[in-house]
Amino acid sequence: MKIDIILAGVGGQGILSIASTIGVAAVKKGLYLKQAEVHGMSQRGGDVQSHFRLADYEIASDLIPMGKADLIIAVEPMESLRYLPWLAKDGWVITNDQPFINIPNYPDEAALKAEFDKLPNKVVINADQIAKDLGSARSANMVILGAAAPFLKMEYAEIEDAVRTIFARKGDAVVNTNLACLKAGYDFAQKNQ
Amino acid sequence: MAKILLLGDEAIAQGALDAGLSGVYAYPGTPSTEITEYIQNSKQAAEGHIHSIWAGNEKTAMESAIGMSYAGKRALVCMKHVGLNVAADPFMNSSITGANGGLVVLVADDPSMHSSQDEQDSRYYAKFALIPTMEPSNQQEAYDMAYDAFELSEKFHTPVLLRVTTRLAHSRAGVERRAARPQNELNVCSNPKQFVLLPANARVHYRALLAKQADFETEAENSKYNFYKEGTDKKMGIIASGIGYNYLMENFVGTTCPYPVLKISQYPIPTKLVAKIVDECESVLVVEEGYPLIEDHLRGLLNRTGNIKGRMDGTLPRDGELNPNLVAKALGMPDSYGTPVPEIVAPRPPALCNGCPHIDTYLALNEAMKEHGPGKVFADIGCYTLGALPPYKAIYTTVDMGASITMAKGAADAGMSPCVAVIGDSTFTHSGMTSLLDAIYENTPITVLILDNSTTGMTGGQDSHALGRIGNICKGLGVAEEHIRIITPLAKNHDANVQVIKEELAYNGVSVIVPTRECIQTLSRRMKAQAKK
Repeated sequence: MKIDIILAGVGGQGILSIASTIGVAAVKKGLYLKQAEVHGMSQRGGDVQSHFRLADYEIASDLIPMGKADLIIAVEPMESLRYLPWLAKDGWVITNDQPFINIPNYPDEAALKAEFDKLPNKVVINADQIAKDLGSARSANMVILGAAAPFLKMEYAEIEDAVRTIFARKGDAVVNTNLACLKAGYDFAQKNQ
Repeated sequence: MAKILLLGDEAIAQGALDAGLSGVYAYPGTPSTEITEYIQNSKQAAEGHIHSIWAGNEKTAMESAIGMSYAGKRALVCMKHVGLNVAADPFMNSSITGANGGLVVLVADDPSMHSSQDEQDSRYYAKFALIPTMEPSNQQEAYDMAYDAFELSEKFHTPVLLRVTTRLAHSRAGVERRAARPQNELNVCSNPKQFVLLPANARVHYRALLAKQADFETEAENSKYNFYKEGTDKKMGIIASGIGYNYLMENFVGTTCPYPVLKISQYPIPTKLVAKIVDECESVLVVEEGYPLIEDHLRGLLNRTGNIKGRMDGTLPRDGELNPNLVAKALGMPDSYGTPVPEIVAPRPPALCNGCPHIDTYLALNEAMKEHGPGKVFADIGCYTLGALPPYKAIYTTVDMGASITMAKGAADAGMSPCVAVIGDSTFTHSGMTSLLDAIYENTPITVLILDNSTTGMTGGQDSHALGRIGNICKGLGVAEEHIRIITPLAKNHDANVQVIKEELAYNGVSVIVPTRECIQTLSRRMKAQAKK
């Protein structure tokens, strides 16, 4: 078993919180893990990505080969498209549909939609709105993680457990909000695959 | 012991701690910063009173580490690859003095220049200094090598260079720790000549260093990090070093590599192992991250055999970091690719943060410089280097730490006017103070903007040695007090700031303007921490 994930977003959006949650679940399962991150200059509002690899055997490369990623999980729609060269033919794109516009030549909504229409396997979700409706605008990343959950080759309960572990320090209310966000993303993905 | 998830950098830090480290000395620089930060946040380090305060620059860091080694304790010095240029003087001479307590020089190279101005390969420095190098291929080796490098250092009384590259430095994986070893007792060097590099002593030490070369090579031949894997297909042999070994193995997941493979992670190059693979195979592919160091040796000036493949004959690209796909192509294996990036995807370069004080400084500077035309602002290394990009396009040079001031001076000497330097507070104390002194000594007409955001911003907000001292340092160096102008870069002060800059541009001597406002990132972190209290 292996699962290779490209996490994508804009510096400062916190893609690594998704990675650390999956990481907790993976470590508990005794899986091998490698996670290449971007630190340094690019974090200043530039495009950032993380190569996140899980397997039940020892992983060789820190980087996912192009054309081999099972999933692209993105917190920003244009950024999800930037890594299509890495996505396997049967891979899935899970992305927030809310753009983060900090450049003058950001594509318009129709152009983005046209590109998503071309993708055979995708879950495109308004994670910001769902998180806001559940009372925690900051938990959009957990909505995205929930939407990716059906593709992670793990039990949903294992991911819930990881969310509990990650947020335990912050108290029950925070744990429950994040679990609700996770569930909302998960339900959306089940209905909209 | 259970595995813990660590970045390559963190694994090095933990390995050094478990090896009985007494002090880490470093100046922040991507991709090496996380090593020192890990030690600063480590409970184990705090309990052991391990020194971990940032140094003023890589040279002072290296010298402090040599001092700790002189006193008999284990010292780690960390820097990015270009930092070793700054530390080159003490580094080169530390190989002549040798080490007393274990001395490990960690250098993090940045192939593909993710956050750097070149992609120099530090293995050449170790070869130049005639000392051993270790180059981990994964996080576990990063941990183990940090530990073992101290043993090697003390066994042969030599500094050891530990080289990582960006991808390993910033990638996380499970690492198994060893039992922690206690720190060395204070044990001041007993040989009064060892650290006195008078020519008469240095000649003796240099011969001793030359004599050690055979031992260093024997260590590399027998190192557990260097090994030979037999293969059935001798048409090709593969030498893979450091992280290049992972990219090679990625292409044989679930199968066995049919070719003989020699993994090299400890140097000097183990000649006997290399001879074996070259003799056994019709051709040899060399896969190494960085410059073609091993390949160049094998190929030689005349490339007589023509059977060495790698970066120099185009089998692999001559520049940039490697990846599994490039190695697949070099092996003649089928490449994989998803679908092309859609044309609508626009580049998203890094930018100054909203609310960044540098923005207001550049807006004021650009207005003041409008009448003088382009090409007259020399800059330096930090977040403010982004001022070269639109919409600011405010600066015209970035070469090395501190170069802004001295380049402005050189251009002024050539007759250019006005000449402006832009340098950050931390970069100024790193390497700008002596530059400023050069200009003061001759009263060269330059205007220096020292952007004081009270931190080392680009590497994540480390404490700056300059904190609260910029004005006094400039005064002490000899800048006339009336030409040290402290301004606050805010939109509401724009007109006044433009006026100050114009006044100092008109002054025929050294003037310093200090736009002073805290980095927006450290400010927001400080506010959050305060709110928690």
